[in-house]
Amino acid sequence: MYRNVLGEKVSKGRFKEMQAAAKNRREFIAAGLGRRDLLKMGLLTAAGTLLPIKGLSARRSPGSNSVCVASFEPASPPTTPFVEPMPIMPIATPVASLTPRPTVDPNTAAGEQRTRPHQALQLFPPKKLYRVTQRAAQISLHPELPLQTMWAFDDGTGPTFPGPTYVSRYGEANLVRNINHLPTNNGGFGLNSVSTHLHNGHTPSESDGFPCDFFERGHFYDQHYPNVLAGILSTHPGTGDINESLGTLFYHDHRLDHTAQNSYKGLVGTYLLFNHLDTGDETTGFRLPSFPEFDVPMMFADKLFDPESSPAGLLAFDLFSLDGILGDKFLVNGKIQPFFKVKPRRYRFRWVNTGPSRFYEFFLTDPKNLSARNPFFVIANDGNLLPKPVQVESMRIGVAERTEVIIDFSKFAGKSILLENRLNQVNGQGPVVGAECVDAQGNPSPEILPAGKGNFVLRFDVDATPVKDESAAPRNQKFYDLPEIVEPRITRTLRFDRLNGQWSINGQFIDCDTIRFAVEQNSAENWILQNVTGDWTHPIHIHFEEHQIISRNFAPPPLQVEHSRKDVTRLQPAERVQLFFRFRDFHGRYPLHCHNMIHEDHAMMGRWEIEPNGDNKLLP
Amino acid sequence: MQNVTRRNLLGLLRLAPAVPLAGHLLATPALAAETDSSARALLQRRNFPNVKLQDQDGKNVRFYDDLIKDKIVTINFFYAKCEGICPTVTANLAKAQKILSDRVGREIFMTSISLKPEHDTPAVLKEYAEMFRARPGWSFLTGKPDDVEHLRRSLGFTNLDPRLDKDSSQHIGNVRMGNEPLMLWAACPGMARPEFIAKSITWMIRKG
Repeated sequence: MYRNVLGEKVSKGRFKEMQAAAKNRREFIAAGLGRRDLLKMGLLTAAGTLLPIKGLSARRSPGSNSVCVASFEPASPPTTPFVEPMPIMPIATPVASLTPRPTVDPNTAAGEQRTRPHQALQLFPPKKLYRVTQRAAQISLHPELPLQTMWAFDDGTGPTFPGPTYVSRYGEANLVRNINHLPTNNGGFGLNSVSTHLHNGHTPSESDGFPCDFFERGHFYDQHYPNVLAGILSTHPGTGDINESLGTLFYHDHRLDHTAQNSYKGLVGTYLLFNHLDTGDETTGFRLPSFPEFDVPMMFADKLFDPESSPAGLLAFDLFSLDGILGDKFLVNGKIQPFFKVKPRRYRFRWVNTGPSRFYEFFLTDPKNLSARNPFFVIANDGNLLPKPVQVESMRIGVAERTEVIIDFSKFAGKSILLENRLNQVNGQGPVVGAECVDAQGNPSPEILPAGKGNFVLRFDVDATPVKDESAAPRNQKFYDLPEIVEPRITRTLRFDRLNGQWSINGQFIDCDTIRFAVEQNSAENWILQNVTGDWTHPIHIHFEEHQIISRNFAPPPLQVEHSRKDVTRLQPAERVQLFFRFRDFHGRYPLHCHNMIHEDHAMMGRWEIEPNGDNKLLP
Repeated sequence: MQNVTRRNLLGLLRLAPAVPLAGHLLATPALAAETDSSARALLQRRNFPNVKLQDQDGKNVRFYDDLIKDKIVTINFFYAKCEGICPTVTANLAKAQKILSDRVGREIFMTSISLKPEHDTPAVLKEYAEMFRARPGWSFLTGKPDDVEHLRRSLGFTNLDPRLDKDSSQHIGNVRMGNEPLMLWAACPGMARPEFIAKSITWMIRKG
């Protein structure tokens, strides 16, 4: 008779599966679990001897961190891939007016919980007004799973997950009235207290969605998005620096300590910015594929569904993880493994990794020819157009990174092509490093998995009939130059560390009321990010202006796509990364933090300020 | 009945076939009370094993029934002889308790669980609690080593790296805070400023 860890009878087949799953982690278990656990796992004999291990090492090498140790096993109920089309999120609908009218000072009497006046509302009066309610909604993520209670943004036309796509133009300011109507009753996780961050707008502090600027159920918060280029009130008066143009922004809940729960529960969306060069029309400007038909945002998320919930298959979130959370179901625009019908021509895709903790490396895989290389062009990093397109065979994005790509489907006419994540990640620590891990069979489990062995995220079904394509071929295109790098006023060092499981920056933790350092308004700085957490990878996000990576371990970034403007930089094991920043136009509080949302929710964050006079703290 | 532990959270059970449902977006949320009670029961089963413990007064308590259920709580792990982070963390919690004043013991309950229960008898815990001037509403707990280990794992006070996980001087220094009936859980570093720890605890108190 075979039994599981609960002492329940199971079939022989199931018992063998359980054994195989346990085998890979045996060394970990032996090292980390007590005798009682080992007995329960069936790995200890009654006499107390460990069952023999056969040529397996779950860890890379003695003394290393456990980058190869799986922190969970796939457990979600099975779902059939590619049964539903990928949704394209609706464009956010503005309203004609807001009642009460937006005010410069917080309208506390009417229930607004903003604490500081708008610093630029009169300078950049809003052209479009939005009234967005955050509320619970029943949403299907896959037809074989029950409806899920998601937390969603509703612009008045109905709640969606992900939220509606804001479509904005430079020079036309927006004001979004965010209303919190989320229930106290959360169904298992989530806090109905929110701060909506526009990542990475050139946004005055009071509208940025700073994690401690949260507002409660029954209240609202007016967020003013000027949609102006950096430099408009300083180095490039009146216009701003065209080379600072942003394209794909990501909005998400940023409530202190609850960013992972609330974003995972649905509070995410995209915000696009066009201008006279990036027009959204493939016959003008840069002639990038036309929006919205051939220019499509894709928001990626990995989630876990609980086989034991009632009903089975409800969205699950491990409230007790300190390391990071991985899902075994891959969603694009709110659907698990959808398909997307495309025409045989060029498309612009805006890829957004919504987290909470997974890194992706995307490849195009032809399921009928796994050895074929299928290159595509990267045109933007973190939503910012590169100086020129870069041809690649894969693109890696960490949590909150955005990349834009041009895929030409004309060469795949009549075929189906898979979007495959081949990056190997087994726990919250980040991608498997190098080629030193082994799987349950003792085979190498490398950083990049072979074609066909990764996660199929989406299937592109390419139509056979040729169509018109007036977009420009990427190969000879040019976009914006990189902004000028000037002498920094100061070079600061920030060490990302872990002390007794407590995530820290320079040995300190987020504290809403502690200002770590003051940057001088309209100055330039260099920041050195150091990873002292062993084999962990941290996607470090700094709010407000984009940065440029000057060096990784003292050398220019090896990847051409990193010669770009960034707002999230992956800080890899044992790395020292030097960044160049400017802090122009506005003032006030902003955070810097790890964007593994579990790490940021456990204090790996610091508050800094832009002030008229900066300080000189080198190790703040 | 044995509990499902956090480690084997979802993985080791036979998967129930899901019932296919039509995929529609419905505007009105239907938050059924029974769904929530089931989510709460799952959390209880996986994360809050109802093990027997003893507090600093020698009183026998059940972890879930007596310390967690229907309460707003803090949970951390320590041991009396710990010379690393424990004195700082316990002192911070004592200051946080002072800031929260008589709310602790009335609406907030603090629990500190010994990682060396074989040494930390109720008498040792009593002396420790008095040394830090802990006030009522804060339980210092000991129990059978296996039970405490089960609790530690269920509550996620673990290191991914097995070497670090075995080394008690490297134990997790975070303080968990939660509102059990509302299924709100968060954590902050025990070495954060006491004022900030106190503030984080009050975020677990919800109206409505």
